Amino acid sequence: MTTQVHRPTSHDADERGWFGDPADGGFGGRFMPEALVAALDELTVAWHEAMADPTFVGEFDAILRDYAGLPSPLYFAERLSDKVGARILLKREDLNHTGAHKIRNVLGQALLTKRMGKTRVIAETGAGQHGVASATAAAYFGLDCTVYMGAVDTRRQALNVARMHLLGAKVVPVESGSATLKDAINEALRDWVASVDHTAYLFGTAAGPHPFPSMVRDFTRGIGDEARAQCLEQYGALPDAIAACVGGGSNAIGLFTAFLDDDDVAIYGFEPGGEGVDTPRHAATIHAGARGVLHGARTYVLQDDDGQTVESHSISAGLDYPGVGPQHAHLSATGRATYLPVTDDEAMQAMALLSRTEGIIPAIETAHAVAGAIRVAERLAAEKGPEATVLVNLSGRGDKDMGTAIEYFGLGDPARVAEQPVGGSAADAEGHGSGEGEQK
Amino acid sequence: MSSPGPSAATPGAGSGPRVDAPPTTARAADAAAAVTGSGAPAGTTAGSAFAAARAEGRAALVGYLPAGFPDVAGGIEALRVMVDSGCDVIEVGAPYTDPVMDGPTIQAAAQQALERGYRTSDVLRTVEAVAATGVPTVVMTYWNPVERYGVPRFAADLASAGGAGLITPDLTPDFAPEWIAAADQHGLDKVFLVAPSSTDERIAMTTAACRGFVYATAVMGVTGARTTTSDLAGPLVSRARSLAPEGLPVGVGLGVGSGDQAAEVASYADGVIVGSAFVRTLLDHPDDRAAGLRALAALTEDLAGGVRRGR
Repeated sequence: MTTQVHRPTSHDADERGWFGDPADGGFGGRFMPEALVAALDELTVAWHEAMADPTFVGEFDAILRDYAGLPSPLYFAERLSDKVGARILLKREDLNHTGAHKIRNVLGQALLTKRMGKTRVIAETGAGQHGVASATAAAYFGLDCTVYMGAVDTRRQALNVARMHLLGAKVVPVESGSATLKDAINEALRDWVASVDHTAYLFGTAAGPHPFPSMVRDFTRGIGDEARAQCLEQYGALPDAIAACVGGGSNAIGLFTAFLDDDDVAIYGFEPGGEGVDTPRHAATIHAGARGVLHGARTYVLQDDDGQTVESHSISAGLDYPGVGPQHAHLSATGRATYLPVTDDEAMQAMALLSRTEGIIPAIETAHAVAGAIRVAERLAAEKGPEATVLVNLSGRGDKDMGTAIEYFGLGDPARVAEQPVGGSAADAEGHGSGEGEQK
Repeated sequence: MSSPGPSAATPGAGSGPRVDAPPTTARAADAAAAVTGSGAPAGTTAGSAFAAARAEGRAALVGYLPAGFPDVAGGIEALRVMVDSGCDVIEVGAPYTDPVMDGPTIQAAAQQALERGYRTSDVLRTVEAVAATGVPTVVMTYWNPVERYGVPRFAADLASAGGAGLITPDLTPDFAPEWIAAADQHGLDKVFLVAPSSTDERIAMTTAACRGFVYATAVMGVTGARTTTSDLAGPLVSRARSLAPEGLPVGVGLGVGSGDQAAEVASYADGVIVGSAFVRTLLDHPDDRAAGLRALAALTEDLAGGVRRGR
């Protein structure tokens, strides 16, 4: 199955990267230093040519198949479905090489880098997943790789730093600003301004200046293309709703694209609600942000009254970003997709629930999508009965998050686990107990 | 297109539904006052300072400090010292949380200003105080704070503060219709950047949109004083001159930190733009402001001497 050929939707950007009319509330564009414009133009041309070149597309498909293990299965989560009362299908991107959807994007961008004759790649990373994926792709293609990572995050995600080192990448801890993902992006852009003649910036999400939002979508849209075909093949119908978590939004746009023109499919993005959107500690950019410009695109931004970026918070480092991809801003503004917050606690309960009902430990990012999808499924089940179907992008696996899980649930401490069973309110609300007795 | 309001009249990057920018007319009286010269001296274009320097057979010296550094009053005092010691144009930076074109020195100063409570109104206060000296004063700002303030409102308030215009490091003319319209309405300078990587087509497009001067970034990289000047700057200035509208001055920035470097750049450019070296001087005197200001005056005089012996 060739999944990567660009097929237009009615929600694409124009040739300058605008989703919607820039004079009438559009999003995207390219708000960038002039020094980088030539490189962004060069990248835009190379991307268009590559997507129209059967050799490139064929090579990309072959790498995804033989190296990354794609297409990923579409899996019927039967026990979870029984508990929720509607059919829940999981697009198993957690089974991909390196454990998340992100391998698609980096292999696409790295293949394009080779095609453009550049020898070095740089990347930013929050949780370290995009950094590990970039280091992996760089090793695969024999490219020099430098990853910028907030100093706070290098301490939170030491294991991923070690993985990047083992893969041969250089990891630069970023101390400036808030020393998190947004500052890592700033530092990568500073590197790129000085190195652009021989370096490609492997941007980690469907945000940033044109062409990144659309190019990253093209490299990740295989998620939805595969899932749509698999769903039709296995169930003879499209799902009633699809769901994904949204930080910058690459896994979400990867899933959504194939369904954008299926008007009967409801589309849900779940944003990191942190400790609650009524507190300052969240990263629900679309829900609570204001229009602005961040990292090269007009989009929703968490910002103060003076337009200074506000620090975001999420228990999931991969969603902890104060901006969002401009196409998501556009899909929200036009009403084609619905974006809702999911709190840290809801996500952690969903992580426990999926682990115990299906034997799948999701990334905490992904757990936001699971928690939100359960809400949607319960509502749909009430309307349509057990045939209601929700397709969730299971974007990544949770091994990297065990440190957070140990701390949150008190795992590994027999006395504490006995007193405070894992599961808690979300699972209880579903009407099934949790804790020791719940295990298979 | 069915957009109501100002963005329909001026095909700009429209302010969105969630931004509560007051209507332009609310500030019209202020702008009119600025144009007629009441209050601070009205919007002198930076171009006049370049022309005056050219008449003296030399390049202009453009000096930068961020507003609110080390605090608002201290920043104003420092900028006045730079005016008194020989800067022809003052560039007031607007501190921003995500300054992708700035190196560690300016980042540190901006962060310090933000931590001490810098607000957008502080850059306007600073402009007003510095422009009162009669030296053309421009603001260098990343785009989001202006967009948040409201583009027409910012242009009106900048004009009424006596500001000459804006330098926009992350806004290029092809994405700036709203700013260009507001600047033209208020008679403000529009200083866009060109880089060694810019194509001839983009240099022509960019310089055609500039008023005041064009900012040529001498190196491929972020701000910060460097020990040697760039060999990319000369060819870029030549290209900009040949492609720009007749008479648009070309200022060169990024990397200049001494009188000798200023003299070298002044031999081929219309203006020498210095930022990080001034900021570094103040950062080096954190506990003794008087000493910092003396060092600032000495550096300015060194640079002012440089632009005078360049040709």
